[in-house]
Amino acid sequence: MTTVASVSEETESSPYALSHLDALESEAVHIFREVAGEFERPVILFSGGKDSIVMLHLALKAFAPAAVPFTLLHVDTGHNFPEVLDYRDRTVEQHGLRLHVASVQDYIDRGALRERPDGTRNPLQTLPLTEKIQSERFDAVFGGGRRDEEKARAKERVFSLRDEFSQWDPRRQRPELWQLYNGRHAPGEHVRVFPLSNWTELDVWQYIAREGIELPDIYFAHEREVFQRSNMWLTAGEWGGPKDGETVEKRLVRYRTVGDMSCTGAVDSDATTLDAVITEIAASRLTERGATRADDKMSEAAMEDRKREGYF
Amino acid sequence: MTSTTEPTEPLSVEQLSATTLLRFATAGSVDDGKSTLVGRLLHDSKSILTDQLEAVERASASRGQDTPDLALLTDGLRAEREQGITIDVAYRYFATARRRFILADTPGHVQYTRNMVTGASTADLAVVLVDARNGVIEQTRRHAAVAALLRVPHVVLAVNKMDLVEYKESVFAAIAEEFTAYASELGVPEITAIPISALAGDNVVDASANMDWYGGPTVLEHLETVPVSHDLAHCHARLPVQYVIRPQTAEHPDYRGYAGQIAAGTFRVGESVTVLPSGRTTKVAGIDLLGKPVDIAWTPQSVTLLLEDDIDISRGDLLVPSKDAPPTTQDVEATVCHVADEPLTVGHRVLLKHGTRTVKAIVKDIPSRLTLDDLSLHPHPGRLVANDIGRVKIRTAEPLPLDAYADSRRTGAFILIDPADGTTLTAGMVGESFAAPQPVKDDSDDDGWDF
Repeated sequence: MTTVASVSEETESSPYALSHLDALESEAVHIFREVAGEFERPVILFSGGKDSIVMLHLALKAFAPAAVPFTLLHVDTGHNFPEVLDYRDRTVEQHGLRLHVASVQDYIDRGALRERPDGTRNPLQTLPLTEKIQSERFDAVFGGGRRDEEKARAKERVFSLRDEFSQWDPRRQRPELWQLYNGRHAPGEHVRVFPLSNWTELDVWQYIAREGIELPDIYFAHEREVFQRSNMWLTAGEWGGPKDGETVEKRLVRYRTVGDMSCTGAVDSDATTLDAVITEIAASRLTERGATRADDKMSEAAMEDRKREGYF
Repeated sequence: MTSTTEPTEPLSVEQLSATTLLRFATAGSVDDGKSTLVGRLLHDSKSILTDQLEAVERASASRGQDTPDLALLTDGLRAEREQGITIDVAYRYFATARRRFILADTPGHVQYTRNMVTGASTADLAVVLVDARNGVIEQTRRHAAVAALLRVPHVVLAVNKMDLVEYKESVFAAIAEEFTAYASELGVPEITAIPISALAGDNVVDASANMDWYGGPTVLEHLETVPVSHDLAHCHARLPVQYVIRPQTAEHPDYRGYAGQIAAGTFRVGESVTVLPSGRTTKVAGIDLLGKPVDIAWTPQSVTLLLEDDIDISRGDLLVPSKDAPPTTQDVEATVCHVADEPLTVGHRVLLKHGTRTVKAIVKDIPSRLTLDDLSLHPHPGRLVANDIGRVKIRTAEPLPLDAYADSRRTGAFILIDPADGTTLTAGMVGESFAAPQPVKDDSDDDGWDF
């Protein structure tokens, strides 16, 4: 065992070893800069959720002291948390960015999309997203998807080619070797780019803590009127809850993910600080999607099916 | 090291942010117990969560399996589940108190060589599995050859199913000796052989009570302690320029920075640097490390270099120390792994991406194809099909500053792209296939298997 001990000392004393957060940050910055160098009209999907907030933070660092050479795109389901929309608008203002909005409500109002019986609007985002990508001629679309989130995402590339219908074909993916990303695409096609591919939920939170990044308040424990559906705490509101037989109660909760109100659940929590959130996640026995997303529980391949059709 | 094997105790915030990152790849087949080994690493490090396990249990039960099939954790694509196979590299993530791990889990069969090559291309370490009852077989030699070709710095030979050979030291020693001799001859710089039983848990996370004769690390202990950074003093420093940062604002009217990820070695303020392929020379005036000025930066940091002179530099150029510049050339000789379904042929017109530069190129010759199982050469095959390894000669439209892959994995590597539809065709490594055979060392300067 003596030989092993000497190896470990070498590891810890090496001045050139990067911490895992530094390594992940450097990798993500490299991805942003590759896209800036190779594409004409990149856009960052920005929802005001923690992953998109971390993406924007990394993009700001990658190009400082110059401005971020990308615009932002929010697919607005019409069922957003007001705290998150507020955060979105303040952030856009603060950094002098340009925000595109694709509105699900608009599509419903003019009859291009129909409300689903279960009230969930997550699957409805794909069409407005695809049409916005086409009309604005975006050629690279940054998403905050992580491979640790979901098994269909575990096999996603960092540069993921989409056809003109935004469709994903997992069998036609390009092998990604070394750090040589291949962004070639035909006119009308685009590339989804995932700079956080190798991050875990815990990495995202540790990075937020290390960098002192501000988040919408709903990520921290607060009192909220909620009701239970499919084993999740949903926020009562105009979007369609509670229904008959569901009772509203006030609970101390926080959100682990932030998406459409109709399918994003809160978790019981008293974590009011970043450190408390990190400790809570490190001890959690449920994945964030398992704990908080109704739409991923629909079937074994729910995410793969949505992704094939062009979902983020 | 007991703390690493204690899955119930959450790590402190300080512990969590002080860890390093290890990228490693596993090669082997279901028959070797690879899924069991990976499953145990994930499970015992608390990386499989309750809802994931329940989903796997439900899916396994619906297929009539008694025990949860851990392959279903990431064989997430419909086609994979339907056919019960892994068709792609699966990336898995887990952490202990000491390290964060990115595992590229690759299928072991010959038709998936491209996946193994993909997984090994970014790996610091490769785990090759063998069944103790079968010893070193054709597949084992192929896996060793891929690790050697891709210059993976550390290789672990996990001799699995020791419980089925009565935990005999002689069985392990014979396999370890044969593999080490073979892999060393191919130039693998460090080989660590570990006797395990993934099913019984011997030497995976916890030390085995059944093999007193073995005094080395368990698989997880080795993964946690193997060095991830190399002796940078002997590395060529290389910075492929990705993007030129020019704010042109009132606050920064003259700022001009060259952004990129340091591919190898270190850069220092004050150092003379040369821009390739132009050959112009200047000095490093400053280094921005993502908003923080530093005097020195090293791989794999993403930085912005500020230079003393205002010279013409753009994306695709390579910054190197003036005293250590590689030659530029339009004639590339390389070992390649063909990764596309369409074959690569002599006369093929392609795009070649090296670092941040993409140039037109033509395949001039395919002198040989290599069989990885026995390293036999087949001269002038005419073409390479998917999963073939071969030697190629390529002529590029513009000169490229190429390192030998043996000297620099990132600046000695390239990909070939089909200009018509953008398909990634081929993974290339500049220079000779394998390192020169090294004398088998018997002194104790490596952390071998001192059983």
